[in-house]
Amino acid sequence: METIIVENIYKYYPAATKKERNKALNGISFTVKNGEIFGLIGPDGAGKTSLFHILTTLLLADGGRATVDGFDVVKDYKQIRKRVGYMPGRFSLYQDLTVEENLQFFATAFETTVEKNLDLIHEIYIQLEPFKKRRAGKLSGGMKQKLALCCALIHKPSVLFLDEPTTGVDPVSRKEFWQMLKSLQLQGITTIVSTPYMDEANLCDRIGLLQNGSLLGIDTPENLTRNFGKPLFALKAEQMYPLLLHMRAYDQTATCYGFGDYHHITFIDPHIQQADIRSYLQGVGFTEPVEIRQIAPGIEDCFMDLLNH
Amino acid sequence: MNNKVIQTENLTKTFGDFTAVNTISFDVYEGEIFGFLGANGAGKTTAMRMLSGLSTPSSGKASVAGFDVYRQTESIKKNIGYMSQKFSLYEDLTIRENIELFGGIYGLRGRLLQEKKMALLKNLELEDDQMKLVSSIPLGWKQKLAFSIAILHEPRVVFLDEPTGGVDPITRRKFWDLIYAAAAKGITVFVTTHYMDEAEYCNRVSIMVDGKIEALDSPDRLKITHAAGSMDEVFQQLARRAVRKAD
Repeated sequence: METIIVENIYKYYPAATKKERNKALNGISFTVKNGEIFGLIGPDGAGKTSLFHILTTLLLADGGRATVDGFDVVKDYKQIRKRVGYMPGRFSLYQDLTVEENLQFFATAFETTVEKNLDLIHEIYIQLEPFKKRRAGKLSGGMKQKLALCCALIHKPSVLFLDEPTTGVDPVSRKEFWQMLKSLQLQGITTIVSTPYMDEANLCDRIGLLQNGSLLGIDTPENLTRNFGKPLFALKAEQMYPLLLHMRAYDQTATCYGFGDYHHITFIDPHIQQADIRSYLQGVGFTEPVEIRQIAPGIEDCFMDLLNH
Repeated sequence: MNNKVIQTENLTKTFGDFTAVNTISFDVYEGEIFGFLGANGAGKTTAMRMLSGLSTPSSGKASVAGFDVYRQTESIKKNIGYMSQKFSLYEDLTIRENIELFGGIYGLRGRLLQEKKMALLKNLELEDDQMKLVSSIPLGWKQKLAFSIAILHEPRVVFLDEPTGGVDPITRRKFWDLIYAAAAKGITVFVTTHYMDEAEYCNRVSIMVDGKIEALDSPDRLKITHAAGSMDEVFQQLARRAVRKAD
């Protein structure tokens, strides 16, 4: 069953110059299945927040239609608002209310009580409990994030919208946050989450790669990487920056990017041999030992490949 | 790379009974790309504020570009560049005005400022866009512009506090091209990041946990000593030992 259906959604914003209209969303279509974690991956300005605002009924689209949990985002906005939990990108709880007061406020606004729904947030709330008398504004970043998640869950929503919940958060806290999402999934909650971190894409059931208001690809992480469709090489040497410059200057190189401790390179000729690469490097005077191996692409390789088309 | 541009010895900062930075000692060399990692709340920002002359240490020694962090903070400020994701450029000034404003603040005047401005615009291919308001340009441009402005006066060292958040993977890599080029010119780069692949681009990396530097080495050696396959694993191993949970 499909919990979210998005059909050909457009959104325009007035542009800075009169010549062009800014298309924030350019004919977006996708579905999210019941109980799925769906990731919207893309940089700032790709249109993630506009799409979230449309689906949570905070913004009207300029074209297309969408339903959430079977309800139309325009006609049935009141039903949708009761059923979704939304964690905006910017921390938007009441800074001068305590942890406890924020939870009570959001529970009351949804005509329920904290006690009634404690089981859903219990696992997250026990980490917050020592600070329950502290004002939200005085919490650390990780704790603010946990409180925001609790407030978004306090009315037992069927769909959870998380807009960049892990941006600017360190890798350890990010990992913990994703463990919480996985355990919420076990309780049947459908989650749509946006992130600029490519490594988080692998933790989603399916992902959509968003750039400049268009979806470049929608699939499971496994299928997206399987469809890369050309050999990818990883190169490493002691002098990585000169190696990068030499490989970019190679007339056989199609793309060449730094990738952590290796450079990832695709070539114009799909049948290129390691010996060809080595003899080129020798020829331009790069004589130190170079490790060359063919590797399987990751999500980030795929995203960059799609960006180049 | 034998000239020390940053030297610290038991550098410490306390706030009341809270020790934000706890006796850290390390050196950074000329032209080095030095990654300064740590979980939120580990003490990175406090340490960077001391090294950039904005905060007086509680104890210990440190010098930046040859100047003392207690007595010569004004000289430090003139010899460093600084850029962060949170504060970099004035949104309601044009590209050109931002270059002129910051260039002037960093002490560039007259013909020299004009020459540097033209070179920067050419290098970033922004000649045709120089009259645009910064608020109207894409985030990736802003980041590249902010970095280029931070090194306009050719400082000995540039501090980058999470410079690359929120952009697409290609734009992020283009930003690192600028970092490599600056380091190749001899500018020392001191950078914090939450992207662990970027930690791999650094010559050496330090990892702070609860105010202390718990590891400092090249990415390759850190992976060997921690029996880890990636810098992410190294980071997870060390940062999970953290006791304190504050920002």
